[in-house]
Amino acid sequence: MPRGCAALLPGVCAALADPRQPGLDDTCLEKLLDWFRSLTWFDPTVELVQDNPCLTELISSVLALPEPSPSILSFTLQLAGILASSENRFQHLQQEKLLERLFGQAGPRGCAVWEDASVRSGWVKGVHSMVHHQPALHLLCSEGGMDVIFTLQGDPSLFVASAASQLLVHILTFSVESEPSKPLGTKDCEWPACAQMIKRHIEESLQSSSASRIEQSLKLLTSLFGSCYAAWTEALWLDIAKQIESFLTEETVQAQHLLANLLLNVARSPVFCDTEGSFWALVTSALEHLTPVQAGPLAVGLLKLCKCPQDVRIQALTVLLQPMDCILRAASQPLEYAGLLDESVSDPVTVESLLSSKTSCAGLLCQTLAHLEKLLSLKHLEVDLPCMSLLRSLMAILQFCNGFLSPASPLGSTISRNLINCFRVQKSALDVLAALSEKKGCDTLLGSLFDVLLAYLESPNTSPTVLKKAFQATSKWLMHLQELSCSSSQCQRTEKILKDVFVVLQKRLCSPCWEVRDSSLEFLTAMIKCLRDQDEFRQCLLSSEVPRLTENLLEDPESYVRASAVTAVGHLACITYFAPESPVVGNQDNKENTVAKLQEILSTDSEGFPRRAVISIFTKWLREGCTGQLEDTEQFVSRVIQTVEHDLDWEVRLGGLELVEAFCSQTICQRGVSECPYAPAPSAATSPTHQQDLLQGFCRAKLFGFLFRSLCDCDKPVGQRACDILIGLRGNFYPMSTLENPREIGDSPAGRGIAWLQRTLRQGSLAQNFPTDGDNGVDFQDPESMMVALGAIDLLELHDELNKSSDHVEESPQSLLQDILATMGTIEDNEADCY
Amino acid sequence: LFQYCLSGHPTLPCNVLKFKSTTIMLDCGLDMTSTLNFLPLPLVQSPRLSKLPGWVLKDGSTFLDKELKECSGHVFVDSVPEFCLPETELLDLSTVDVILISNYHCMMALPYITEYTGFTGTVYATEPTVQIGRLLMEELVNSIERVPKAQSASMWKNKEVQRLLPAPLKDAVEVSMWRKCYSMPEVNAALSKIQLVGYSQKIELFGAVQVTPLSSGYALGSSNWIIQSHYEKVSYVSGSSLLTTHPQPMDQASLKNSDVLILTGLTQIPTANPDGMVGEFCSNLAMTVRNGGNVLVPCYPSGVIYDLLECLYQYIDSAGLSNIPFYFISPVANSSLEFSQIFAEWLCHNKQTKVYLPEPPFPHAELIQTNKLKHYPSIHGDFSNDFKQPCVVFTGHPSLRFGDVVHFMELWGKSSLNTVIFTEPDFSYLDALAPYQPLAMKCVYCPIDTRLNFIQVSKLLKEVQPLHVVCPEQYTQPPPTQSHRTDLMVDCQPPPMSYRRAEVLTLPYKRRYEKIEIMPDLADSLVPLEIKPGISLATVSAVLHTKDNKHVLQLPPKTPQPPASKKRKRVSDDVPECKSLKPLLSGSIPVDQFVQTLEKHGFSDVKVEDTAKGHIVLLQEAETLIQLEEDSTHIICDNDEPLRIKLRDLVLKFLQKF
Repeated sequence: MPRGCAALLPGVCAALADPRQPGLDDTCLEKLLDWFRSLTWFDPTVELVQDNPCLTELISSVLALPEPSPSILSFTLQLAGILASSENRFQHLQQEKLLERLFGQAGPRGCAVWEDASVRSGWVKGVHSMVHHQPALHLLCSEGGMDVIFTLQGDPSLFVASAASQLLVHILTFSVESEPSKPLGTKDCEWPACAQMIKRHIEESLQSSSASRIEQSLKLLTSLFGSCYAAWTEALWLDIAKQIESFLTEETVQAQHLLANLLLNVARSPVFCDTEGSFWALVTSALEHLTPVQAGPLAVGLLKLCKCPQDVRIQALTVLLQPMDCILRAASQPLEYAGLLDESVSDPVTVESLLSSKTSCAGLLCQTLAHLEKLLSLKHLEVDLPCMSLLRSLMAILQFCNGFLSPASPLGSTISRNLINCFRVQKSALDVLAALSEKKGCDTLLGSLFDVLLAYLESPNTSPTVLKKAFQATSKWLMHLQELSCSSSQCQRTEKILKDVFVVLQKRLCSPCWEVRDSSLEFLTAMIKCLRDQDEFRQCLLSSEVPRLTENLLEDPESYVRASAVTAVGHLACITYFAPESPVVGNQDNKENTVAKLQEILSTDSEGFPRRAVISIFTKWLREGCTGQLEDTEQFVSRVIQTVEHDLDWEVRLGGLELVEAFCSQTICQRGVSECPYAPAPSAATSPTHQQDLLQGFCRAKLFGFLFRSLCDCDKPVGQRACDILIGLRGNFYPMSTLENPREIGDSPAGRGIAWLQRTLRQGSLAQNFPTDGDNGVDFQDPESMMVALGAIDLLELHDELNKSSDHVEESPQSLLQDILATMGTIEDNEADCY
Repeated sequence: LFQYCLSGHPTLPCNVLKFKSTTIMLDCGLDMTSTLNFLPLPLVQSPRLSKLPGWVLKDGSTFLDKELKECSGHVFVDSVPEFCLPETELLDLSTVDVILISNYHCMMALPYITEYTGFTGTVYATEPTVQIGRLLMEELVNSIERVPKAQSASMWKNKEVQRLLPAPLKDAVEVSMWRKCYSMPEVNAALSKIQLVGYSQKIELFGAVQVTPLSSGYALGSSNWIIQSHYEKVSYVSGSSLLTTHPQPMDQASLKNSDVLILTGLTQIPTANPDGMVGEFCSNLAMTVRNGGNVLVPCYPSGVIYDLLECLYQYIDSAGLSNIPFYFISPVANSSLEFSQIFAEWLCHNKQTKVYLPEPPFPHAELIQTNKLKHYPSIHGDFSNDFKQPCVVFTGHPSLRFGDVVHFMELWGKSSLNTVIFTEPDFSYLDALAPYQPLAMKCVYCPIDTRLNFIQVSKLLKEVQPLHVVCPEQYTQPPPTQSHRTDLMVDCQPPPMSYRRAEVLTLPYKRRYEKIEIMPDLADSLVPLEIKPGISLATVSAVLHTKDNKHVLQLPPKTPQPPASKKRKRVSDDVPECKSLKPLLSGSIPVDQFVQTLEKHGFSDVKVEDTAKGHIVLLQEAETLIQLEEDSTHIICDNDEPLRIKLRDLVLKFLQKF
């Protein structure tokens, strides 16, 4: 323990044990416990308690209090548990029977204060910390502690109940594993005494008729199998498997909802890797007997497992697809489609009745769709998804939801009635639809798929959030369409679809609802990103009203829309003004207007979002080499920097730094200098003339003033980024090895300025009056001075300083102890006043 | 409780309710869809319309070619447009005591009822309903009267002839009932019969029934009505809305505990959500204007137009349309815009608070001030000087058969740059456009109907839980064009009772109680006797006095004094004489004890027989029979009055008297 802390500790302990003190705030006590945990974690010696007798005194004085406050008692229980986690310290504390008095029968267990949940929770946590050696376990068992824990499993406080369950798992594991013996069998007598007790408790609870006891044991088993993969768990499982199986088939006990998690954890455990075992039969039975809502999570979990037997996997998939199958059957004319599944795992009537009920229909479908989306996002899925039928079923759901499908069957009309205008289902279905675009084999349905999507995009009844999802799905599928080989009929179809999309987009861009305008612009950007190289797309886009409408939206009253419009215009410019084969080449005025418009937004817009969007578009342009066509890039960068430098929004300033970084790396690359400072550079590139050129270029663009000033930015990410950029730049002018040993500053006027700069930079964000150009003798546009500055300023030190979290001083244990004392100290002052 | 259904149009209802002794007409909507069969009335001579060929029958006969004209495959009547009136033959409308109006759209047939049927009653409506209703009527009369048409077609109405006509004329119903528009004097006479009411005001009708208007949230001053007596409550829900638009919100709570709820005036476009439609309206308007085209919005001069203007007020700047002029052309445009600003108490809360700032509740005031919205009584005069294109024109009539809209259709129809946007849901837009075909102009259908949809109805019914629901038959099945949409019908338990035009319904509710008051002195004289714990009875002897449908029990007059003089008795003093009253009996006779008593009194040969309804006690010697049943006792003995009296007294001993 640091000396400073050791000196403060007795005062803190005395204050904590003082019943006159008001309760300290819980977070302080928690922090204190965390600190003790860190002190004891790797140190089993007795020194901590021996050198700091105040700790033992604290425990005994709290025990001596007639009515200790629940929070202090809870703290003491936890502290004692942490201290007693090593056998040495346990013995030391037991010299005064402290632990017995805390955790034994004589302790708070029998007192009125036990009624307080925080005390029970403290007791459980204390025991949990303590039981890491046999004497502690022995103490617990001999003092009747096990029964207390069993009772606490059903505690009215959920925190206590859950902690008690975790504690039992810990004790069981510890008890079995601390006694190295032969492999355990199912016979009780072979198990250590304490483990036997817990095992018996679990078995008895499972056999009892009390639903809550069964639930507690199932939860306990779930967390046991989730955390412990030792071989002995198999023996335990064999003992209880029969009972678990009975829960699936007997309807008298309502425990099914807990079984999915338990089975999933057991399935994940490496102990049960034998695919022949009876366990998988039980899983299969669960898939059959659990309701679709309960079985869903189990099925998804199983499908993600690599060691799951293939037949179980198929069964799991079948369970998941069942509602989709039911939809497909309900939607189609008899015999039109065979449905999704050849046979079902559980009774299809269950799914049908769930889908027929208004209350459960949307819930079941949303859950199923969420599971399917998860599965579709998996890179490796060991079973094949029937993508085509799935797509058909999704389309049916979407058409049910907007009332476009007239079902032939009575079930279909009930489902249709339940789903009409159900936004939740629409959103989930569109998510899955988007995910499905990456799968192959659905191409024959593309025509009708786009009909469904366009109906959503066109309908005035589509809610803005659903519309956004519909846009996302459409852009994904348009991307898919582009990847298909282009026969002439296919091209015609693509062109037709694109035309329809642009008609809708045009209308949506004029919507009075800003969310709609916003997502329309996002959709446009997404389309340009993925389809910009496609001729049909460019033609459709440029022949529509969309580009003009988009530019109009740069003046939208809603800032989010302006930001999205900036991004869209920025992307549009890449295919209109900047593209070499641009059909609107020569439209120089328009191009300059657009750039001027964006620059105006950057300097005058009152909201941050549009400005952020502008700066990131400028960076994108720079990276893609578009600005070269604009004007002198240096001038462009310099102008942007000057605008951004004083922006009130730190993200805009950070964006400015990104632009600078892009500019630097581009300039360095263009001049043939390797971007990587470690790469063996060709001799010509590092020649002094080249370096001089580079530096001059950077100075002309006024980079350095911005970078150095950013080091003192009051927002840390800005300073960090500027420092990283400067370190990178330095590598181009000085050998990397000199980074740790900055150069001395010579005594020249420039040198004095740099020395001043160095001092100022050390003050970090507290620095006031950061120099503007020319003041204090620092000329940020003078290549020589900047060369000196790069070499002399200890950027590494600055980097470390900036990377420390801002509360690193306040976080130290010493400061915590001081805080506690200060809180207590005020009490003493008040007391004196009273006196 | 009877309901006479005079209109088949679910949103333009006209029903008559016979309730207790009153005859109440609920709304008198005018079905104007009949006008779609007529040629438009152009304000300026239209060469296109005047050159339309006459219609020739298949056999070549041309006797109808003056009356019927053909345009793009449709046949139209070339005559002054006529309207389909509510049924007038189903009952004698002169017996109607009162007419309750729920909103200004549902009173357009009022002059036909009040001026042609011998109606002598009173009409009840709120002030905005009357004022705006007057504007609508004025506009209607004005638009028809300013284009006088010499010709009046009637030959085609002949049943024999009508059969030969193409659809839809062939299938037009009740053509003999179609009437020309009323005149302004008739409007004024009809409106003079209206008595103004306020929300929640209780109006007594002949002491028998109380009627109360409640806010229905659909339009300025629109109301639902409660019609109730002491023990029965009928709610009439017509044209209600739960959306937050300009009117005061709907009062749902007062509809609770109704025995019968008559449900009319639901949304005509249940699949279109009004918000989405407003969005669609704005987008299409902006796109047209941006491309240099004009927008025509056929509309009524009041109602949704206020909300549209408010929406555009917020939208035009963001859409960069600030320089586009908006024109509102109607003979009543000015009054409509101004009236809307003065009915503060009938507006939603937000708009009401504005009045106290003070600010005009509707932002169209600002649009007018800044010259963005201009209004004119007609296209003649100032308008033609100010007219600039591209522009947006709001004008009537939504049927496109009369009013200034006809002129704009003729003017702009040829260019595909222009757009006509239909926002009123009352007319099929395809039918409305038929006489203008072929048309290059774009047509957009954005019906904005804020009235209740079926989801809202089902929530409302769950909330107010009426015992029975009565609604037009259209609401009990999915719309014919979307037969799979079973969600688009009224769904409640028990299923609603449906009606159609010219049907008389006996409402499924029987009156069981009537309230009678007891005068205090009579009440004082009563002596209640406790029969069972908590239940006391008293005999009341009184005179039932009924006047103005109110019933009062009064003390019977004292035994009449012999007349002091020999003056002739006045008839009204002739009250029935009261005979001395016999006590009422209650209780039951235990047979065993009764037999014991008989034996005690010397009857020795008593025999008891059980019957289905009770017992028979036989006194063989006296040849006498006593029949004891649950609700009667008979003593049957031949001519032995003393014996009967004796036996009667024995029986009475077992019974309570009061």
